[in-house]
This record gives sequence, structure tokens and C-alpha cells, in this order.
Amino acid sequence: MAKGGIRAKLRRSSLYTLANIRSKPSYKKEEAAGELSGYPRVIHVNQPVVPETAPIFCSNYVSTTKYTFFNFLPIALFEQFNRVANFYFLVAAGLTFTDYAPFDWPSQVVPLALVVGFSLAKELYEDLQRYWQDKAANRRDTAVHVGNGVFKTKQWHEVCVGDIVNVKKDEFFPADLLLLQSSYEDGMSYVETMNLDGETNLKVKRALQNLSLPVVNDDGASHFGNFQPMIRCENPNPNLYTFMGNLEYDGRIYPLDPAQLLLRESKLKNTEYIYGAVVFTGNDTKVMQNTTQSGSKRSKIELQMDKIIYLLFGLLILISIVSAAGFGLSVRNTVPIWWYLRPDVAGEDFDVNDFFVSALRHLVTALMLYGYLVPISLYVSIEAVKILQASFINSDLHLYDDVTGTPAKARTSNLNEQLGQVDTILSDKTGTLTCNQMDFLKCSIAGCPYGKRLSEVELAAAKQMAAQMESHDSDSSHGSVSSSASLQAITISNNGNTEKKESIKGFSFQDDRLQNRNWLNEPNSEFILLFFRILAVCHSAIPEINEKTGELTYEAESPDEGAFLVAAREFGFHFIKRTQNSVVIRETLSMNQEPVEKEYNILTLLDFTSKRKRMSVIIRDETGQLLMFCKGADTIIFDRLASNGKMFLEATTKNLNEYGDAGLRTLALAYKKLDENEYSNWNEKFHNAQIASGPDREDMLEELSDAMERGLTLVGATAVEDKLQKGVPQCIDRLALAGLKIWVLTGDKMETAINIGFSCSLLRQGMKQICIVVSAEMLAQDAKDVIKVNILSQITAALQTVKGKKDPHAPFALIIDGKTLTYALEDDIKFQFLNLAINCASVICCRVSPKQKALVVRLVKEATGRTTLGIGDGANDVGMIKEADIGIGISGVEGMQAVMASDFAIAQFRFLERLLIVHGHWCYKRISKMICYFFYKNITLALTLFYFEAQAGFSGQMHYDDWYMLLYNVFLTSCPVLALGVLEKDVNAEICLQFPALYQQGPKNLFFDWYRIIGWLSNGVYASLVIYLVNMRIFSPESFRKGGQTADMYVIGTAMFTSIIWVVNVQIFLISHYLTRVQLHTIWGSIVVWYLIVYIYGTLPVSWSAGNIYHQLPEVLGPAQKFYLSTILVTLLCNMPYLVHISYQRCYNPEDHHVLQEMKNLKKDVTDKKMWKREQSKARQETEIGLSARVDAKMRYMKGKMTRRYSTLAPRSP
Amino acid sequence: MEVDAGTTSAVGTDNQPTPVLRGRSKAIHQFTQQTLPACKPVLTPAWVIGTFFLMGVLFIPVGLISLHASQSVNEIVDRYDVDCVPDTFKNNKMAYIKNASVSKSCHRYLKVHKHMKAPIYIYYQLDNFYQNHRRYVKSRSDEQLLKGLGYNKTSSCEPQAFENGLPIVPCGLVAWSLFNDTFSFSRGTKKLEIERKNIAWKSDREHKFGKNVYPFNFQNSSFIGGGKLDTTIPLSDQEDLIVWMRTAAFPSFRKLYGRIEEDLEEDDIIVVHLMNNYNTYSFGGTKMIVLSTSNWLGGKNSFLGVAYIFVGSSSILIAFIFLLLHVKNPRPYVCIFLKDEGQFSNGCS
Repeated sequence: MAKGGIRAKLRRSSLYTLANIRSKPSYKKEEAAGELSGYPRVIHVNQPVVPETAPIFCSNYVSTTKYTFFNFLPIALFEQFNRVANFYFLVAAGLTFTDYAPFDWPSQVVPLALVVGFSLAKELYEDLQRYWQDKAANRRDTAVHVGNGVFKTKQWHEVCVGDIVNVKKDEFFPADLLLLQSSYEDGMSYVETMNLDGETNLKVKRALQNLSLPVVNDDGASHFGNFQPMIRCENPNPNLYTFMGNLEYDGRIYPLDPAQLLLRESKLKNTEYIYGAVVFTGNDTKVMQNTTQSGSKRSKIELQMDKIIYLLFGLLILISIVSAAGFGLSVRNTVPIWWYLRPDVAGEDFDVNDFFVSALRHLVTALMLYGYLVPISLYVSIEAVKILQASFINSDLHLYDDVTGTPAKARTSNLNEQLGQVDTILSDKTGTLTCNQMDFLKCSIAGCPYGKRLSEVELAAAKQMAAQMESHDSDSSHGSVSSSASLQAITISNNGNTEKKESIKGFSFQDDRLQNRNWLNEPNSEFILLFFRILAVCHSAIPEINEKTGELTYEAESPDEGAFLVAAREFGFHFIKRTQNSVVIRETLSMNQEPVEKEYNILTLLDFTSKRKRMSVIIRDETGQLLMFCKGADTIIFDRLASNGKMFLEATTKNLNEYGDAGLRTLALAYKKLDENEYSNWNEKFHNAQIASGPDREDMLEELSDAMERGLTLVGATAVEDKLQKGVPQCIDRLALAGLKIWVLTGDKMETAINIGFSCSLLRQGMKQICIVVSAEMLAQDAKDVIKVNILSQITAALQTVKGKKDPHAPFALIIDGKTLTYALEDDIKFQFLNLAINCASVICCRVSPKQKALVVRLVKEATGRTTLGIGDGANDVGMIKEADIGIGISGVEGMQAVMASDFAIAQFRFLERLLIVHGHWCYKRISKMICYFFYKNITLALTLFYFEAQAGFSGQMHYDDWYMLLYNVFLTSCPVLALGVLEKDVNAEICLQFPALYQQGPKNLFFDWYRIIGWLSNGVYASLVIYLVNMRIFSPESFRKGGQTADMYVIGTAMFTSIIWVVNVQIFLISHYLTRVQLHTIWGSIVVWYLIVYIYGTLPVSWSAGNIYHQLPEVLGPAQKFYLSTILVTLLCNMPYLVHISYQRCYNPEDHHVLQEMKNLKKDVTDKKMWKREQSKARQETEIGLSARVDAKMRYMKGKMTRRYSTLAPRSP
Repeated sequence: MEVDAGTTSAVGTDNQPTPVLRGRSKAIHQFTQQTLPACKPVLTPAWVIGTFFLMGVLFIPVGLISLHASQSVNEIVDRYDVDCVPDTFKNNKMAYIKNASVSKSCHRYLKVHKHMKAPIYIYYQLDNFYQNHRRYVKSRSDEQLLKGLGYNKTSSCEPQAFENGLPIVPCGLVAWSLFNDTFSFSRGTKKLEIERKNIAWKSDREHKFGKNVYPFNFQNSSFIGGGKLDTTIPLSDQEDLIVWMRTAAFPSFRKLYGRIEEDLEEDDIIVVHLMNNYNTYSFGGTKMIVLSTSNWLGGKNSFLGVAYIFVGSSSILIAFIFLLLHVKNPRPYVCIFLKDEGQFSNGCS
């Protein structure tokens, strides 16, 4: 145990914290008779021979699959035929075996079987993937007590309720466990619950204090041999943060609370091992109770497509009724005199004596006959295309994260095109926008700012400003000197910084005045010393030796603390050891001097809670002086300063504001000298309060610490960069330029959220922040109605300000906190709230619970009707991800919960840009083009049948061979449209990215609006008319070839069908803009294959085609020139209106992508860079957030100043 | 239209170096990264005008040629169903056609307006006859036509599958309603030979109608439909039947009856001796006899030529309209984003 060196002495984990003393006492069994009956779940721990009555608990086998082996077929088939089109085709296929059918059974059954078979195969494959995932989870190993203290390795699914398991460091808990004992003497253990709630900091769990179990050495745990307590607890429920029950052992009853419960999917950290009793297994575990079956999401395009399908069904029913009526009338009026039909014989098709029944029967036939209006292969083609599109997303190298080696993953392919229609992005903060890694960047000590390096936000803004300047310079020559000079300054200082030395994780500070012990020469060196000491001493971290390098790393509860410790180390205050009540710091006070180890006795530690927003330690230094070090949120600390401790207040506040604007996270540091009497008095009270029991104990402790943490002296402030993920500001900027709205929903406190808002450029100076908050007092005291009225009045007031805003460049930002949100989301005021929110440029919701995240998403989604996208990385974002129209999970460090719930998983936030602006845009256009074309081609075919009916007495006869019809959707026209759906793009990726405004075509739904859909449907109607009438006139009634023969029905049918094949394929050629070899081959291939099919089909024995097509192509149609002339004529005539339309549109009413295509075509991007750039800057959405907005604001500001003075950038880079 | 090498554009902005790949793996890489080289047609005005103009230039000549071909075909059409009814039956045509004792013989005199070059095809044309009715089309058995009595699954032939308990060959309504008007021709006093062989498709004769299948029990019922068949001739040689069995697509259709293998001179009078047997009177159909020459476009049908000329001339018209629009109101290509500012850079055409 290499790292045990430090830890071994630390048998008690960190007893200084307030938390660990709060433990309920146990009581005798007799005293608590009432409580025994309260809990329904009774668990006999550690009883291998389970009583007969036991198997009430489910096993630890976890299954997330949708189907089982037996129910797969029924359920999957049911789902398939739940789609109205599929159900229709199922009925139609069934009817083909009756006499109602106008064609033979294969023409309906084969396509249906193919379509459904494909979908089933896809379902099966997806479910198998889930099954394998489950299997892997169920097969994980854990050590289970088998009696007499012997532990044996078992697989997870074998773990039973009541078992005692041993979990080692960094292992996951196999089930929900009751913590019995840990490697720490006091039963503490640290747990990482990232998979559950998305928080990276470690949670402290604590075994029952009073349950005295013998101390164990590693493996020896023989005392469990006869440890057989009984647990009574609540039934399984999805609430992660509650647990109630009690444990009965040795005649005593120990009350249980959530602090003893270790949840499945969380991980043991910093603790060598724990022993726990299994309480909930398998599907009873809290995490499984929390997973809800994700309802499959459907994209808006698909929903609209359903409407078109209904429209087509309407058309189908209409023409069927027309047919049936026509048939009925003809049966009544004309058929009786058509002797050649033997109308006197009543047949299955009609009976002249009962024309009405004949008409009704014919209705069924007609409904089947015109079924080709509804493209049977549409769903399956779309599915196939989407799978391929998803695979493009998966294999896109630009979405591949080199660092972690994670590619993007489209987990559902249903929503590809929805990516192109997003209107509002709702983002998590921690882990999504930020990496949750803190870098110590700047500090202010004694009012003097230190730290020269620019924060990422400043850097990004500077770069963009430089670019902007450049383009402005070329336009207007004045002012160029100053800007380029200042730009140079920035780049130089920046380069100098980055190249100097390799970066230290958590420390990006750079200022020679403080580094290399130079701070000793600074004027306020005593304060600087104090500052560093506070950093090094005032924390609750544990040092840990890295086994490989021997270096110390710190296990801190929050990443800020880790950054402070690293910073302190770099400044020469190396925290090396923590013992029970002291910390050891190796201090290097001057260059030449050897480091000195100093031990600071920690007398009391008042720990950090989100309520207190501060932490303090009281120490005795080497001189015996009692000191209290305190760090905390600036507002809190400033309130607690002594009147003589405010000498740096003004300067520090100024610095803090600057840091805030630079997107940094700040904390203020303060200290206080104590005298012995004061402390011992206080300590006595505090100790009494600690050991006291009763409801007001915590309030007392709170009061006491509050009393102690007053009269402080301000030392300085730290500025830590919550490191944004790579490229986040730029990505947000692009998304904003593309016209997307971005909301941040975070569980963090308001200050942090605002900081991040600044660092992502969602907020900036000059924005008016509207904070909707209800004070804590009000929440505590007032009735709900009063609070609501208060919130409502705040909202209305804000709304009025927003509405009446005068300055176009002073947008509003809405910041609301979770508590307030609870009320704001209630039905009666939520629309006012939303109204306000959508009028604000950015919205930040802080301290929101996972459920509220989901509620906000739902509100936006339902009330605005726009497409929402939820992006997050932790389990706390799962609700949001599931609720949003599109859920995106960041497959980063924080476990897999979010990813598992998401529709798309990407490795970094910045990939969202490409995912939406490139893939989303393409997919949207592809799918909409594809669907329109699908309807077009089916209308074209089906209506020719209808016209023929009108000339065949509506009798239900087809002039096409059954096999043509069968192959049309499945084979003859499917490949080009698939290729279109997969490969089509209007402009290539770079242009999409360079002209983000192009994205707006999606949210505005320009390519799948009713105007366009109706246009396509009419085009289909026109084409069908032309095909039918022209072919009819050309081939009938005269002979059509030199030999004098006339055309029979099937000759005309084949000729017409050939025209259809040509028309629809030329049409798809015309609608494609990006014609790769694949598309060209499929288009020509389809046409060639058609001729081949007719030829080959004609060579088959007569009986195969009922003789109709026998030798038709080589003997009948092939030698007839008219056949070819008619095809050419019809093809051109059908496509001419479309060609005229697009020509006119391109010339006189071009859409954005047309212009870009032209520019690209003329190689403007290469030949005329200047113009290209200018166009680029024009192709943006007006935006009020993002870097560009920030730069714009800055530019306006500078322009204002320009007249007076040049460089305003200078002070920023001294 | 310009072909863009996808690779160059991809490499241009890629930060990460694209691995140099060859052949198949390169194609796969391009496919997965969606950078397959492609041709990207952009409809510039020049293209639009050029395309439409070219279409016009190609279509009009084809149209003219087709029209000319159609004009060169001579055709004599004569409707005879009304005039062949004797005056006494004019008001009751049904009685006439159903009365077997009345002579159905009839003479028609056709004047040849233009020289007609052999072969001259003889057609009969029926109107308002729904050979495409589903019941009619279905009522046949191709298997039986090929195999004869040996094949007995002739349920599709109902209601003409059995008569007097015996199967009918050929069965079905199509065969049963066989057209049975006959025509013979004479010029002056000289009889014109009619070639009645090879009027059906070769494949039909050889593969679809049995060589050893003879009509059986055909038209033996009380209700006789159309023509009778010579039971000594196999079906494969009954070309009238074969032609008839190829059901027509539309209610108005022509079917080939035979060929005259001599030229007909201008102003010749052709006498048609016909037997007006077929009942079109009950359903108000018409019967015509058609003599027509044929060329590579088939019979006389000016539609194709006219349509071609129409499409061609409208293409040219459209080309001119676009040209005019473009000349009068040229859209500054590429500068569209700039239009608000009213200034165009040099790059604009």
C-alpha cells in the first residue's frame, strides 16, 4: 500500500467537519416499539439460508431491453402496424388473397414484408445492443460474504438483498447498500455520485456511529460471521435523496438516513474499502427507479409527414369513392348492355341487379388499387437514410475528440433532421460548458491586482475584435494604427505567456511580481504572505501521493480548492500532510532558503455549505497566535468585515468586478486574530452545542459560527477560471450568429452562473440583468400566494422595461433562481415568465433541480412550439435531455447517464456547432427533399391508374403488370431517392460554418412548408396527366410501328411506365444539387435496370407473366421508334415546368443557398477573398449574445472614444 | 456545370491532416466524411437560356420530321355499322343483328385519295367497346390457350369456362366475344388479295397459343357471343383470335385484319364486301374499316409531331423570355447580399 503512508495515520477521515457530528443516537428496542411497524420492507442481513418467505425481493439482474425473446414479435409487430400507413398496407395485403384485389398477392405482400422485415431487423439489432450492455453490467464482479467472514467473488446479478458485500476503492456499488463499515475508523467513506446527479465533488457517506463493529484489517472481516441484524426500511422509490428505516441489532434500534445509503452506479473514492448490506437490488435500486422508459421522439418533419400521409389518404378515399361511384353508375346504366361481359351472370366483381352493393365492393378494390398513392416504402426508406446519416455523424472526424478518443454518436437516428430546426438550446453548465476544472488565474492582494494572463474569454474577444478591426480597416482606413498596435500587444503578451513553460493543471497564473519569491519585494508582502497561508491552510482537502510520479495531488471537495492548493504550492506554500488536527505546510520563503516544514494546529473547522457560502479554520500558528482564516463569496465576506478591516475593500471590489467581467470565479479571503479567552469561551459553547441533542442543535451551531466569523480583515480575492471547454465561447458565438437562442440551466449558485454567463459571452457589460429573486426570508415566512404575487409583479415590471427599451444595443439578460422558478413555473404565471424570457437575449436559471430543468424545457417547448435542444452531461440533466425535442449528452468525464438518455452524444460542447449547422442543416434538407420527392413519385404513378380506370369503366383493371407496381417502390425508384437522402447537400460544410445564417432555413422550415409540399403534389398531378394523356394519344388507336400492329393494353402500360421511370428519375436529377458518382449511378442505373427488367421478365416462360410481357421489349416495343420518341417527349414535358420554376427562382428570387452555390461556383472564395469575407459578415443573424455581440459592443464603445483618444485596449494588456 | 474535386475543398480547411489514402480506402474515407467529389450544376442564366434553346433546336426538327412522316401516311376510314343496316331495320338494329336469317352482307365503296403504297394494312376499329374491363380482361386462361384441354384450372374464364358440362377451348369472355365481321376487297372487277397471315405477334403465335390446341365446344351455347372458330385449325394459326385476344387499352381501338400487298392508285375505287355479323348495336358501339399505309412511325398520327413542335417552340420562347429578362433586368450575380447597400464590387457580373 504505497499511498497508505499518509492515509494510514488518518484512520479518522476528517473529523473537523460539522457534518460528521450530526448523528442520531440509537435507542433500545423497547423504547421504539412504535417505530418498528412503520417500515414495510424487512431485510434479514447476512442470512444465507433465506427463509421461505423471502423471495419477495427482485434479483439484482438488470434489464433495460424493450423486448424479451418471447414478446419481441408480437410487440414489435404491433408497433409497426400502429403506423397508419403500415396498417393500411397490412389490410390491403390481407385482401389481396380475396377477389377484391385488383392484383395478385405478391404485389402487396412482398413490399410489406420487406418494409416490416427491415424495421423489425432494426428493432432487434437495437435491442440486442441493449441486451449486451445489460449483460456486461450484470456480469461485473463483486465480493459477497458467504459466511464466517469469507468473501467470495460473485457476479452482480447474483447479489441478493441482505448480502454483505465488500467494495474496494474505485469500484462501483453493485446495488443500493447500507454502509456498515469503511476502511476509516469512523466509518466515513467518500462516494462519487457523478452518474446519479452529475456532481463531481465527492459525497461523504457515513456508517452508523454507534454500531460498534470490530476494527478490520483489510481482508479479515470475520466478525461478519455472526452479524445478523435486521433492517426495516421504506419501499423502493425513485427519490435519490431520501431514505428512511432502522436497523435492529443486539436489541437496539439504529435509525437510518440517506447518509448511510450507497447507491448503485456511484463509485467508492478515497476509501480503501467498505462493507455494506444490500438493501435494494436490481430494478428496486434508486437509479433504476429513476430510469424511465424513454418514449421515442419523433421529429417535426415526421409529424408533418404524417399529415401529408393523411392528406394522401384523403385523396385516396376521394378517388376511390369517385371510382366506386363511377363503377356503380356504369353497372347500373351501361354494363347491362355490354353483352360481351355477360352482365346477366352475377359475378364477384359486380351484379347488375344490385349496383349499390357492386359499388361498395368496388370501393374496397379501389382503395387497394390506389394504395400506391401512399408510399409504402417511405417509412422504411426514411429509416434507412437516417441510419446512414447517423453513421455519417458517427464517423465524422470533425466530431471526433482526439483527447479522449470519443466520436460523436447518434443514438437515435429518428431526429437527424430535427437537428436542423433547433430554435432554443437549453444547456447545462458544469461539464457541458465548463470542464469543471479550475485554473488559478488572477488574484487581488491588498487591493493590488496580480496575474497578467488573459482569461479565455478576454482572449477570444480580443481575437475576434482584431479580426473585426481588420475588416473595418480595409473599409475605412482611419484608426488602423491604433487597433493593429493594440492587437499586436495582445498577441505578443499572449504568446509570451503560453510558450514560457508547460502548463500546470489548475494553475495558469503568470506575474513575475509574485512568482519566484519576488513577492517578498512587493510593498504589501505581509499581506501576500497571509494570503498564501490562507490558501494553503483554509481548506478540507487531503493530499495524496501519485504512485507513479511520487508527486502530491489533492483530493478536494471542490475543484476550486484544488486550484488554490496548487497555486499555494507554486507560490512556495506546499501543503504536504494532513493529520488529525493539523496541516503541514512546506514553506519556501526566499530563493536561497531551504524549505521549512511548518505545522499548523487546526482547532476548529467550520466547513463550507452552499447556505453558508464560506468556510473558516481556526488555527494556532507556530508562535502560538490564534488565527481565524476565512474564505467565501465576496458578498458574504464583505458583510463580515471589521470596520478596520476594510482598507482594501474599494480596490478589491474594483478588481472583483473586472474579474467577473473576464468570466472568472471569485472568492474573497479574510482573516482575524483571536485571543485565547475569546476562543476558549466560544469553543466551549460550540462544543456543548455539538454534543447537544434536540431540534435546535443545528441552529445553535449555525448561530455560533456566524458569531465567530465576524469582524474579519480583508486580505484579497482570488480569481479562478472555471475552465470553459475548448472552443465554447466561439461555439456559442456561432450558434448565436445562426440565430439560436441559448439558455443556461445550472444547479450552481447564482454568482457562479453569472460568472459563467460572462465567460461564455452570454452576458456582458452593458447588458441589463434582470434578476427575479425572492428573498429567503420571504420564502420562509410568507404564504405561497404572497410570494407569487411578488414574483408576478417582478416579472411584469421587468417585462415593461424590456418592452420599453430604448437603446437597441442594451439587451436584457434574465437571471432567475431555482426557488423562484418553482413559483414561476406554476400554471398561472408561467406564460408571463416565458414571455419575459423570450424577450431577453439570454436566460440563466440557477440552482435548478433536475426536475425543474425538465419543466423549463417543457414550458419552452410547449408554449413556443419551437424546437428545443437540451444538452448536458450528468445524470441531473437526464430529465431535461429526455424532455427536450432533441437531447444531447456530453460523453465526457461524468459517467454515462446523460449519454444513455440522450439522442445524440458528443464529446465536447463545441461539436454542437458542427452537429447542428452542418449535419442538422444537411439532414433537414435531405429529408425534406426526399419526402417531397417520395410523394411526388407516388402520386405520379397512382394517378395514372386512376385515369386509366376512368377509361375502363372504373372496373379496377390495371394497365401495368403487377410486378412493375411491386418493383416501383421497392426497387426501381428507391435507390436514387436513398442516395439523395444520404448524400445530397446544398453547400459544403465549410460554407455552412462560414455562413451560419443559412441555418435559419431549418427553424423557419422553408423546405417543408405547405407551400412547397402542395407544389410538389401538384407537380405530381401534372406529371401524371402528361404521362397518361400524351402516351394515350401517341399509341392509340393507330398502329405504332412499321409492321402495322396496334398497341394492346400492356404495350401501352409498359410505354407509360417507361415514361414514369424516366420522368421521376430526371426529376430527381434536377432536384439534386450535389451529384456524386453514387447519385448519378443510381439514377442512370434505375433507368437501365428498368429496361433490363422488362427484357428479362419478357424472356421468362409465358406463364410467369400471364403472357402479357412476353418478348415485349425485343419484339414489340424495342423496334418501334415511337416508343423512344414518346419517352423523350413525356420526360421533357413533365419536367419543363419545374425547370422553368427553378430557373426563374434562381435568377430572380434566389434563396440564400443559391447565392452561395453561385459564389462557390464562380470561385469567389478563392479569387475575391475580400468580398467573400464581407458576404460572410453579412450572412449572420442579428444577435445580442456571444462574442460577436461583445465585440460589437466594444467596437461601439471604442468608436465613441476614438474621437478623443486612441487605444482603449492598452490598459487591458499592461 | 463544374466538377469539384471534393478532396481539395476538404483539405483546404481541415485542421487535422487528412491521411493520404488511395483507391478504395480513399473512396470510403470520402464517403464517410461526405466529401465525395461531385458535380454541382448551377443554373446560371447562360445555362438556362442555352438549355431551353438547345431543347427547342432539337425538338422542332424532330417534330417536323414526325409530322411529315405522319402526313405521308394515307388512311381511309369508313364507318359502316350504320349504313350496313338495311333500311327496314334502321329503327331496330338489334332485331337485324340478332336475326340470323337476315343477310349480313354489305358493300362499301372506298375512294383512294392518294397513291397508297403496299403493304396497305386493313384494320377494323371498334368504339365504345370496353376490352379493358376487368371482368373481360380476366376472363381468359393463357395456360389453356397453350395446353388446350389438358389444362383444366380454367376458373378464371368464368362465366365462359364450361358449356354443357364440357370445357370450352378457348375459354373466357375474350375469346367468346371474338370479332366476326369479315372483309374482302375488290378493285374494279379484280379481287384484291388479302394477306391474313402474320398479323399477330410472332411470339404469340409461337409461344402463347398452342400448336396442338384445337377449338373445342366453342360457341356451343344458346347465347352466342362472337365469331366461331374452325375446329380443324390449331389456335396458333387462328391469327384473328390471337389479335383479338390482345385486349386493347382504351374503349376505342383498332385491330389488324390483314394486309393488301398491292399498291392502290389514286382515284381507285375499292369495293369492300363485308359480312356485318358483329353486334355493336346493343351497346351503341361503332365499327369502322380502316385502310392505312404505315411507315417508321406507324399509322397516321400527327400528335407526336405537333407535340414535339409545341415543346420545341415553347422551349425557344422560354429561352427568349429568359434572355429578355436577363438583358432588361440583369441580376448581379453573387452580389445579392449587398443589394441593400446598392454598391457592387468588381467581381459582379
